[in-house]
Amino acid sequence: MTALVIAEHDNAHLKGSTLNTITAAAKCGGDVHVLIAGHNCGRAAEAASQIAGVAKVLVADAAHFADGLAENVAEQALALASGYSHILAPATAYGKNILPRVAAKLDVAQISEITKVDSPDTFERPIYAGNAIATVQSTDAVKVITVRTTGFDAAATGGSAAIENVTAVADSGKSSFVSRELAKSDRPELTAAKVIVSGGRGMGSGENFKILEPLADKLGAAMGASRAAVDAGFVPNDWQVGQTGKIVAPQLYIAVGISGAIQHLAGMKDSKTIVAINKDPEAPIFSVADYGIVGDLFEIVPQLVAELG
Amino acid sequence: MKVLVPVKRVVDFNVKVRVKSDGSGVDIANVKMSMNPFDEIAVEEAVRLKEAGKVTEVVAVSCGVTQCQETLRTAMAIGADRGILVDTDADLQPLAVAKLLKALADKEQPQLIILGKQAIDDDCNQTGQMLAALLGWPQATFASKVVLEDGEASVTREVDGGLETVALTLPAVVTTDLRLNEPRYVTLPNIMKAKKKQLDTVKPADLGVDVAPRLKTLKVAEPPKRSAGIKVPDVATLVSKLKTEAKVI
Repeated sequence: MTALVIAEHDNAHLKGSTLNTITAAAKCGGDVHVLIAGHNCGRAAEAASQIAGVAKVLVADAAHFADGLAENVAEQALALASGYSHILAPATAYGKNILPRVAAKLDVAQISEITKVDSPDTFERPIYAGNAIATVQSTDAVKVITVRTTGFDAAATGGSAAIENVTAVADSGKSSFVSRELAKSDRPELTAAKVIVSGGRGMGSGENFKILEPLADKLGAAMGASRAAVDAGFVPNDWQVGQTGKIVAPQLYIAVGISGAIQHLAGMKDSKTIVAINKDPEAPIFSVADYGIVGDLFEIVPQLVAELG
Repeated sequence: MKVLVPVKRVVDFNVKVRVKSDGSGVDIANVKMSMNPFDEIAVEEAVRLKEAGKVTEVVAVSCGVTQCQETLRTAMAIGADRGILVDTDADLQPLAVAKLLKALADKEQPQLIILGKQAIDDDCNQTGQMLAALLGWPQATFASKVVLEDGEASVTREVDGGLETVALTLPAVVTTDLRLNEPRYVTLPNIMKAKKKQLDTVKPADLGVDVAPRLKTLKVAEPPKRSAGIKVPDVATLVSKLKTEAKVI
């Protein structure tokens, strides 16, 4: 029994999501191999080889893997699939894009967003925006799985796996990468942050999000938002925390002016400590918050910054 | 050019589902059902492409129980030209749906298939990608902008950390994200018109597809409850609690 992890990386570094996925793969019971499909991705492969628990790193290096196009990466995984009992990828925009293609071509079901491995063929996954947890058993020969990163610890370093080059599959020729606009920020990445300061519709405008910045600075926090705030155009879409946005579980989540719709709670209720600041004492966010303050966020947030010193 | 738009009938997004006490699933008896919100965005996008003269026909498809006809009528009220129901009581999982849609795509020969990125019931986020793979077509998931030009689709995608644009040769599959468009309100005259539009029904067996589920649901449970904490009177108390009690700062 061996599991293959399709690594998310930017050719130079592994993304944190890959480390959580490796932990889930190890729980499936066998050896763990990691596929790095990229271009000039030697450093990412090197990083993968140093993860504890990884037995082998497979590297497919070609120009048409540079930008992680689903058609090409899925074909590469399929070319290597025989011999693996489990194929896993992180349940991020990257992994979710690629892995169902692999499952369909193998004629097996995909088990999406697992939060727990009960046994090599049985897994737990949230459904209905996390309002229910389903335990599912796969009857397929190969288990194709995306991993919710907040459900598993990051694998540690300390390994020294062999790195093996594999033959790259041909470019599909049907899709091409045009451009990427990534938000530049000195703050930690939302899904990896220990502290998150998140704003909702109650912020009133994009301009008003500025009052959250000193708080995020003080706490070294990432900044997030509810779907309402994103839909209203206050902040970019990649800030969205929720069922259909990012799933986060930081040590401390501060929800400011967020009412707490089901789909938002689905994205943050596994946070260790939740603080809610809202002027409506009946807001559903208070039903999951460890500490709530009822009041005007425009007064409370600056007070909080001052109090933190 | 023809566009196929698969739509799923799901528990309405405003309904908070309850887990059945015997752990066999969630209780969806007598709850409001609606079109999956992401699929509504897909129908809207297809209809806008038609209104812009890029597309000649929009065909809505739904797979599931007979009541999915209502979902198809909604799609036709938004502006889809006709509907196809793949009628079955079976528990349909994404792979089976992708196979049914592939069979229909082989028959209908659309140049574009637009569907929601995920259904809000099973939260799987698989069907579009699986369909693209089975058809051997390129895909653009999580779309926030779709431009059709010269036999190509240029699609802007919402990815972690920002936006990405890819170019696809047609035929292709696109899955929708929230910011692609805001679906119109359906008007009464359009609801009436939709009732007269063509709606065909086929069975999975007619399409030669085995829809047997591959995943067995052993049990469905309530998630661990998070108990409500306390309300603190002021910021000083909050900070002291965070420092000494929660120990997170």
